[in-house]
Amino acid sequence: MPAVSKGDGMRGLAVFISDIRNCKSKEAEIKRINKELANIRSKFKGDKALDGYSKKKYVCKLLFIFLLGHDIDFGHMEAVNLLSSNKYTEKQIGYLFISVLVNSNSELIRLINNAIKNDLSSRNPTFMCLALHCIANVGSREMAEAFAGEIPRILVAGDTMDSVKQSAALCLLRLYRTSPDLVLMGEWTSRVVHLLNDQHMGVVTAAISLITCLSQKNPEEFKTCVSLAVSRLSRIVSSASTDLQDYTYYFVPAPWLSCKLLRLLQCYPPPEDGAVKGRLVECLETILNKAQEPPKSKKVQHSNAKNAILFEAIALIIHYDSEPNLLVRACNQLGQFLQHRETNLRYLALESMCTLASSEFSHEAVKTHIETVINALKTERDVSVRQRAADLLYAMCDRSNAKQIVAEMLSYLETADYSIREEMVLKVAILAEKYAVDYSWYVDTILNLIRIAGDYVSEEVWYRVIQIVINRDDVQGYAAKTVFEALQAPACHENMVKVGGYILGEFGNLIAGDPRSSPLVQFNLLHSKFHLCSVPTRALLLSAYIKFINLFPETKPTIQEVLRCDSQIRNSDVELQQRAVEYLKLSSIASTDVLATVLEEMPPFPERESSILAKLKKKKGPGAVSGNELEEGKREGGELNGAGERPGDSSAIGASNAVRLHIPTHSLNYDIIYPPPPLFQSTPSPSADLLGLRSAAPVSAAPPSAGSLLVDVFSEAGPAAPAAGANDDGFLRFVCKNNGVLFENQLLQIGVKSEYRQNLGRMYLFYGNKTSVQFVNFTTTLKPVDPLVEGGAQVQQVINIECLTVFSDAPLLNIKFRYGGALQNLTLKLPVAINKFFQPTEMSSHDFFQRWKQLSQPQQEAQKIFKANHAMDTEVLKAKLLGLGTALLEKVDPNPDNFVCAGVIQTKAQQVGCLLRLEPNAQAQVHTHFPVRALGLESRPLGVSSVTTLSLCVSVVHHSFICNKCL
Amino acid sequence: MQFMLLFSRQGKLRLQKWYVPLSDKEKKKITRELVQTVLARKPKMCSFLEWRDLKIVYKRYASLYFCCAIEDQDNELITLEIIHRYVELLDKYFGSVCELDIIFNFEKAYFILDEFLLGGEAQETSKKNVLKAIEQADLLQEVNYSLSLSLPHAVFMV
Repeated sequence: MPAVSKGDGMRGLAVFISDIRNCKSKEAEIKRINKELANIRSKFKGDKALDGYSKKKYVCKLLFIFLLGHDIDFGHMEAVNLLSSNKYTEKQIGYLFISVLVNSNSELIRLINNAIKNDLSSRNPTFMCLALHCIANVGSREMAEAFAGEIPRILVAGDTMDSVKQSAALCLLRLYRTSPDLVLMGEWTSRVVHLLNDQHMGVVTAAISLITCLSQKNPEEFKTCVSLAVSRLSRIVSSASTDLQDYTYYFVPAPWLSCKLLRLLQCYPPPEDGAVKGRLVECLETILNKAQEPPKSKKVQHSNAKNAILFEAIALIIHYDSEPNLLVRACNQLGQFLQHRETNLRYLALESMCTLASSEFSHEAVKTHIETVINALKTERDVSVRQRAADLLYAMCDRSNAKQIVAEMLSYLETADYSIREEMVLKVAILAEKYAVDYSWYVDTILNLIRIAGDYVSEEVWYRVIQIVINRDDVQGYAAKTVFEALQAPACHENMVKVGGYILGEFGNLIAGDPRSSPLVQFNLLHSKFHLCSVPTRALLLSAYIKFINLFPETKPTIQEVLRCDSQIRNSDVELQQRAVEYLKLSSIASTDVLATVLEEMPPFPERESSILAKLKKKKGPGAVSGNELEEGKREGGELNGAGERPGDSSAIGASNAVRLHIPTHSLNYDIIYPPPPLFQSTPSPSADLLGLRSAAPVSAAPPSAGSLLVDVFSEAGPAAPAAGANDDGFLRFVCKNNGVLFENQLLQIGVKSEYRQNLGRMYLFYGNKTSVQFVNFTTTLKPVDPLVEGGAQVQQVINIECLTVFSDAPLLNIKFRYGGALQNLTLKLPVAINKFFQPTEMSSHDFFQRWKQLSQPQQEAQKIFKANHAMDTEVLKAKLLGLGTALLEKVDPNPDNFVCAGVIQTKAQQVGCLLRLEPNAQAQVHTHFPVRALGLESRPLGVSSVTTLSLCVSVVHHSFICNKCL
Repeated sequence: MQFMLLFSRQGKLRLQKWYVPLSDKEKKKITRELVQTVLARKPKMCSFLEWRDLKIVYKRYASLYFCCAIEDQDNELITLEIIHRYVELLDKYFGSVCELDIIFNFEKAYFILDEFLLGGEAQETSKKNVLKAIEQADLLQEVNYSLSLSLPHAVFMV
């Protein structure tokens, strides 16, 4: 084949390119370019009409200049003129220019579209392809509007050339990606799917990309592609390496098509048809077998192509997650790759194993590779491989190996690359919390983390350690001692000072008995760090000091002196000054009793999903979080905590607030308010926290990916589970009813009676001592009760409830008492869910459906499709729906199988009207379709909180139906 | 695939193909960042890296780096072979392709790419078929069609 001289070379262009290459400096290059631009401009504007060749040459020069990185603001018109040239090369350059320099100038777009239209109808396949390439490259909405109707016709027409079909398929794909609303397959669907059977491999290769994309969006309409894809795959996998001629790549038959077929199958659950499934399993086995065969070539292309198929097959096996045998084989195969000499394979094996780790069938098999992975973390020379190793360690971590993995990660952190430190820190913090069996280990780990990588320890991490220490009194003394020791280091990180200040301020008394850590020693140690710290930390330390005055009256004179000195009381920072002044005043005028009340120990934080996990998810984006984490952290609403609990965030807290926050919840004049009152005034309102839900999309039957944003209020409480949700079962029982037993163990039984009207409720709690021994120091976080509960006796507590705004997390009730000397600590979810504030609404069929139709915007609807866990009995369903609090509207839905309900959720902030419709699937007897539509009854548009409400309703109902404990 | 970049060891961009709509400013920023990142990597390192929320697959051929950005669910190894097939196509067309061929015949490099990949997906993976399409186009340029519209058909069918 003749080389560069091909085609009609443009001499002028080549000369120009040489000139540019010969420029010695950037300035010289710019000068040369400007000269050329002036020349071209004058040619274009000149009187003499340019011939096609010159026009092409100048347009090509402009393109070259643009690709060098310079702006081009003319020449578009000349390029458009080239489109209608009869000369192929001129047309081609015109199209190239348009493709690269799209200009949405409407005048031009019209002209371009005209030229494209002409070429599309020219019946000349080469011209048609050029036009299709241009549409695919530009892919603008205007082009979609003009051509989305025509291209499917070209794609499926019997007389279309193969090459045109290929271009048409991918052109359509591009338009579908940019403007899915304009590309309607409709009547063509079946013919497009059948392109999978096309004789021409190129057509299949191009069409399958389109089909995969369409299947992801409309799985139901395209599901016939599954069996076609399986048989196509089977034919390729079983073919000899020469059968497919030029589609064989380095002895691997059709690797691109194979990968795409396997990818397409990942849009669907395993085939239901036994024969199809059998054939597919056979294919997957063959692919796994081939991996063990000796290579047919030493070339890397051969092994890459072969392994590309293998990895895609493994991805499919993981996606199905139902064939234990295949999963274990996949895991073994990846295990071999972990020690392969090709870095690429080691990288991919680590990556792929991460997803395997989340399958229950292969989790244990993955764990056997722990030593290899730790070794990779230590020895891999490439940071991106080490990153994968760290990810895999994180994914394979469980209770059995947490200590080892956390220790390895910590030691890696000492030398880790800066780029991945923050993420590593988050991961260590999460693992330490999630698998903490003894909390002293947890405290040690986090303090180590701050010591090793203090700069990368985000606020969430140190907030979290404080939340946990506050909530667990068995670790408080240890934490105080450890942090005291850590602060001894001459240079310690500011984050350590924050944690130290907070913990000693709360629990310094627990170590004050030791003369080496007497109150004054503690104070001096903290104060020695004061001057090195930033303003927020100093503010926190000042709060710690005032707490010291309460804990240790003997430190009062020293601390007052510090507060009184000019650098505090006249500090130029308003926040610091205000704190110093107010604390000084407080300490001098308040009586000991008042001080003790105001500065009492912090009440426990409500247990929620770890805010760190939410942060990691945000950092990595959806999909990056491994499967088991998704299981445990399903609630995307976990963002709730992000700002919800900020123990030390003093930056926005006025000193007056700082004092108020120390008032224990139970001495406020209300019993309990929903959502639980923020501990700090500075925290955003809970509804603002729910912003994470704004994008909440209706959940379809698709596999539960990270995209499902429905707040799953009842899913397992976050990793902080040890204390919270000890009564999940009991809690679920109350979804559809108001009275019953909330919790019971060998010692204690808690019964509940409750009633609700509008946004108010009253709950009677009955604490029954089941033993014959008295409980002493019996306290609950709600309000004071008699501290003594005699054996066999029952104590009653009444609380009033007001729903202020939409909420997702049930309020928590913390109960503490001593039984035979041992402290019992119990945190329960109070059985209050949003549906308790439903007010039933009766309406006619006409009204219902009229409103239903009005509420059709995406943000007004949420729905869920789920499997009922047990047979659906009409009467049971009815009882559940009534129990939900809505009005069950009989004879309203024309389909007698469906249930429709209406109600208004009453909160103080707003009222949200909800229409619910439950559509049991009669054939399957297992699937239930459950859309809810709602409207904020206030005139303002449906806000975030209403969307939340919808999601919550769906979630509540969902749980009430899959849980057989509800009735 | 979201985009493909070809650049030299000196960091000069030789070819850029974008399959997602981005502003010129954004394209320049991405190019700058990626060229820097990839050039900083040592020879034996792996060919994949995470970058923003994309996966980068790159390979060096002589003085040129070929670099593709793919999405999370895309297959890295097969993308590596996409790059290789494109190199093979260029090589076959130019005859032992070198960086200069791509500089002086950049338009050809784009045309070949369009025959091979469209909208970021493989359109035709057979080397023969891609080259046939390009050769036919090259043949066409010798002919002037102004006389008859049916002629191109005839020539094409030959």
